[in-house]
Amino acid sequence: MKANVKYNLVWLIMMVAGFYLMNTLILVGVIDSFIENMLVTIGINIILATGLNLIIGFAGQFSLGHAGFMAIGAYATAIVTQTASTPGGFYASIFIGIVISIIAALIVGVPTLRLRGDYLAIATMGASEIIRILINNMKITGGAAGMFNIPQFADWPTVYIMVCVTTIIIVNFIHSRAGRAVKSVREDEIAAEAMGINVTKWKLAAFVLGASTAAVAGSLHASYLQTIAPNDFGIMESISILIIVVLGGVGSITGTFVAAVVLGVLDTVLQNFGALRMVIYAAALILIMIFKPSGLLGTWELSIKKIFSRSKRKERVES
Amino acid sequence: METFFQQIINGLSLGSIYALLALGYTMVYGIIKLINFAHGDIYMLGAFWGYYVINVWHFNFISALLSAMLVGAASGVIIEYFAYRPLRRSPRITALITAIGVSFLLENGMSYLFSSNTRDFPQIIKQVNYHIGGVLISNIQILILVTACVLMVLLQLIIKKTKMGRAMRAVSVDPDAAELVGININWTISFTFALGSALAGAAGVLIGLYYNSIDPLMGMTPGIKAFVAAVLGGIGSVPGASVGGFIIGILETFVQSIGLSAYKDAVVYFVLIVILLILPAGIFGKNTKEKV
Repeated sequence: MKANVKYNLVWLIMMVAGFYLMNTLILVGVIDSFIENMLVTIGINIILATGLNLIIGFAGQFSLGHAGFMAIGAYATAIVTQTASTPGGFYASIFIGIVISIIAALIVGVPTLRLRGDYLAIATMGASEIIRILINNMKITGGAAGMFNIPQFADWPTVYIMVCVTTIIIVNFIHSRAGRAVKSVREDEIAAEAMGINVTKWKLAAFVLGASTAAVAGSLHASYLQTIAPNDFGIMESISILIIVVLGGVGSITGTFVAAVVLGVLDTVLQNFGALRMVIYAAALILIMIFKPSGLLGTWELSIKKIFSRSKRKERVES
Repeated sequence: METFFQQIINGLSLGSIYALLALGYTMVYGIIKLINFAHGDIYMLGAFWGYYVINVWHFNFISALLSAMLVGAASGVIIEYFAYRPLRRSPRITALITAIGVSFLLENGMSYLFSSNTRDFPQIIKQVNYHIGGVLISNIQILILVTACVLMVLLQLIIKKTKMGRAMRAVSVDPDAAELVGININWTISFTFALGSALAGAAGVLIGLYYNSIDPLMGMTPGIKAFVAAVLGGIGSVPGASVGGFIIGILETFVQSIGLSAYKDAVVYFVLIVILLILPAGIFGKNTKEKV
């Protein structure tokens, strides 16, 4: 515990510094509302993609249903803040969204996580489509038209803090005993089971944790954009989250951050191209996958600990 | 009872189109273990090709269908050569993302080049309705069913009786062993893509005739449903894909006929999940035992 204090402190300082740097830039006017919008989108995508990376990259379970859990969070926030339009109501709605999505993840996960590989992907995709179709046909969710005029409580600082919080939770999960259990399930289920690891339990744990962070992202999305519709949470949304994960490198949280930023900036830059935007985006995606199949960063992680120990080693060599 | 038979007829004609698409998915998955997301878009290309040749070159139905199959086959082979072949040794998820990228590229490329408007498919065959014992059946439905069945039988013959078909089966069992006995893997995979994509091109022309409207994004939902059909029938199995396609088609029309059309996709996915849980390898799939 004590050994890690130094590294954790460095991370904390970096986070706080990043926060104040961004806020100052916004105050000075370097970051206008256009760029701020882009930053918020990137932040929400980071939350979604780190959760999915936990499921795919660390637990090895190929899920294509992330958008369904995002939809649950988004609609929880939209419905709750319409009656309780206070910041308190907003945070309560995030909590409610998390609880509902955990329940949904358990209902979906307990039976389907027995499946493997592509079958699991299709089953989770089906489950998330079922969630979307249910939302599409319910009265309380406003049907296919969606919901409008959701009060805006999620601004850039909230999103930034939420990105930090969810990332800390996920990274700590990965580095804990639980994370090692989850990774052993990814490597070899049978061997893990032989070592006394409850395979189903840890798969489910990763799945549920990923789903609950997706719900948080959904809440932020709904509250920031102020309008949501069921079609925002279709297969395409799940796929675009998956693209971030794979582009960054499956099994690298740093890679997910990099990919989310790269894609977010690319998306904003390409907006000038109009209809050609998606064509360029698709071509870029294919080319990156062909020439860098393991993603931008592979499984490489930025680690303060490694940087420190490397510089120490150098000192020792020099002295 | 009459409505029951009516729904069966409607379901069979929709199902035969899903079956044609599902065959392409199942063959490609069987041979290189890739969910070819771009398959639904080849079907879209087939429909657009049919639209173009019928309107501009005044092709009749048969030549439009055959030329759409050729175009489908060519595009399938080109996609495989440029997008999937370089990734054959990389993780499957990477190939999957590439497939999604190809699908995006085709959809948005077509929207960009030819606008994303919905178009009316030319009616080259005049619709005639027959009443048989109170059941309404149109000549287009019969045509779709017959064409689909003929193509499926042909496919089955190619796979079971020809040398290339034997090579395909060999590669899908074990690519390395197949290469050792002198099978040209690249050729075989290209051939598989050509066959599957030709069927998708044919399905595109047939759906144009059936629904009368086509647009660049038309491939997405049927593509996913056809994949569901392939999984349902047992992926890698040719009869399974046909049966799965018919089941999905009939299921969809029945759900629609009892007034739950808003939930028709949800029911399809729900049945899929249930089937996967009971029979993890699908109806016709082989259960493989895992060795430690």
